[in-house]
Amino acid sequence: MAQSFRMKPPMGEDNGWWWQQAAEGNLAIQRCKACSTLRHPPRPMCGDCQSLEWDHVVASGRGTLDSFTVLHHPQFPGFDYPLIIILVKLEEGTRFTSQLINCSEDAVEFGMPVEMVMHEDPDGFRLPMFQPAQGAHA
Amino acid sequence: MSQFLKDKAAIAGIGLTEFSKKSGVSELSLAAQATLAACEDAGLPPSEIDGFVSYTLDSTDEIELARTVGAGDLKLFTKVNYGGGAAVGTILHAVMAVATGVADNVICYRAMNGRSGQRMGQGISGQIVSSDLVHWSWYMPYGMLTPGSWIAMIANKYMHHHGVTAEDLGRVAISQRNYAQSNPRSFFHGKPLTMEDYLASKMIADPLRLYDFCQETDGGCAILVTSAERARDLQQKPAIIRGVVQASTRGQEQMTSYYRDELDSLPEMEMAAKLVYAQSGLGPDDINAACLYDAFTSEVIMQLESFGFCGRGEGKDMVRDGALDIDGRLPNNTHGGLLSEAYIHGMNSIAEGARLVRGTSTSQPKGVEHVLVSSGVGVPTGALILARD
Repeated sequence: MAQSFRMKPPMGEDNGWWWQQAAEGNLAIQRCKACSTLRHPPRPMCGDCQSLEWDHVVASGRGTLDSFTVLHHPQFPGFDYPLIIILVKLEEGTRFTSQLINCSEDAVEFGMPVEMVMHEDPDGFRLPMFQPAQGAHA
Repeated sequence: MSQFLKDKAAIAGIGLTEFSKKSGVSELSLAAQATLAACEDAGLPPSEIDGFVSYTLDSTDEIELARTVGAGDLKLFTKVNYGGGAAVGTILHAVMAVATGVADNVICYRAMNGRSGQRMGQGISGQIVSSDLVHWSWYMPYGMLTPGSWIAMIANKYMHHHGVTAEDLGRVAISQRNYAQSNPRSFFHGKPLTMEDYLASKMIADPLRLYDFCQETDGGCAILVTSAERARDLQQKPAIIRGVVQASTRGQEQMTSYYRDELDSLPEMEMAAKLVYAQSGLGPDDINAACLYDAFTSEVIMQLESFGFCGRGEGKDMVRDGALDIDGRLPNNTHGGLLSEAYIHGMNSIAEGARLVRGTSTSQPKGVEHVLVSSGVGVPTGALILARD
């Protein structure tokens, strides 16, 4: 499992709130308050209507796998290899880049249903990961 | 698209240092040596250089280089962003300056100790918060630290969608490795590649293997841009700049444009194609050879589609038909490319474009009239069409 040397995101005005949501167990998606368009990664202005007002929704955590790569080299300390990196199409419509866990390299498939698991590092840092969907929607 | 810049400027000189894995000299020294070589190639003294353009990733600032080579007073000094996406962008900035009379003789350069010094994919972290660092931070905490990891996500989707096989990527690697055999500058000179070797090479970022990746190189390359008129009086056959553009599309990220509608195409490259064809008045049928940016093999196949050499999903068929080989429809990266010659961030591919127009490539196809050169893939990019005078 990953140790405390995971590269931490810089926490700024535009993204710190999202990581705070993750720390509270939520996979957040930013939402424009004016036109309700969801956007990820977060930005301070809506590219559709230019509103600076936004809030967020908490994603269900369910989605399907749009693409993936399995990383073998180079191997950075703290990560388990082969490392499965995925692009998830969330049920809400936005995409999210994450890691697939509890799944063997051979079992990864395009379009497979996945669900969010909030991962916690030994130092308490939390970030959303995914696993093959276990529930009825699978 | 304005045709104002069409045929106004030319590449009059190209300069390269030796390519190696350990230069033993500073990046400033590499930049200076490349610049001097470009001036000598053109037959123009460095004192006549009045503009410098490089990449934001380049460590050598314009005035450091100017002092070192003994350039004249500078009227243009600028850097272009987005890694290898800057490559032909530097030429665009030089051409804009030359065509408007802002500067007369501009050096575009890139010098890097890309193996012995700062390597790609070392990660970014720290207390500084900028929009660029926040962008990378959506990937780096997950262990996506290298260009290969970012590109593999798109390559995998593209290959899955269009039935592109490992062998197809291998064909690109082998085609360019074959060119390297006649190019003594090439890292892989004297080391041909078989499909067996390719398929046996280490998986790095599935579906990308070791030989799908470009080199890490120490070296420098400089391109001298001047007016077409002036270039005709210098000592090399001018490579006329018929079209040169930059392109970045809606939803663009640097390397990780994962949130656009389509994941299996290169919208910024399609935009670059549209613009550069409109500016030059040419189309894909007019292009005789290319240097398509090849940090990774998959990018070459995708660009065949972006630039209209074939339809969507047909890039693999062109590759299977041997289109990229010297007797094929579109001889590509005849120097060996970033895969097999050296990775000078695409600047060495612009040099090869000029050689192809001059007729001096170490693998010179017959009857080259127009050459297409592209900038980095998956980033804000650009395209360049060079023409015989």
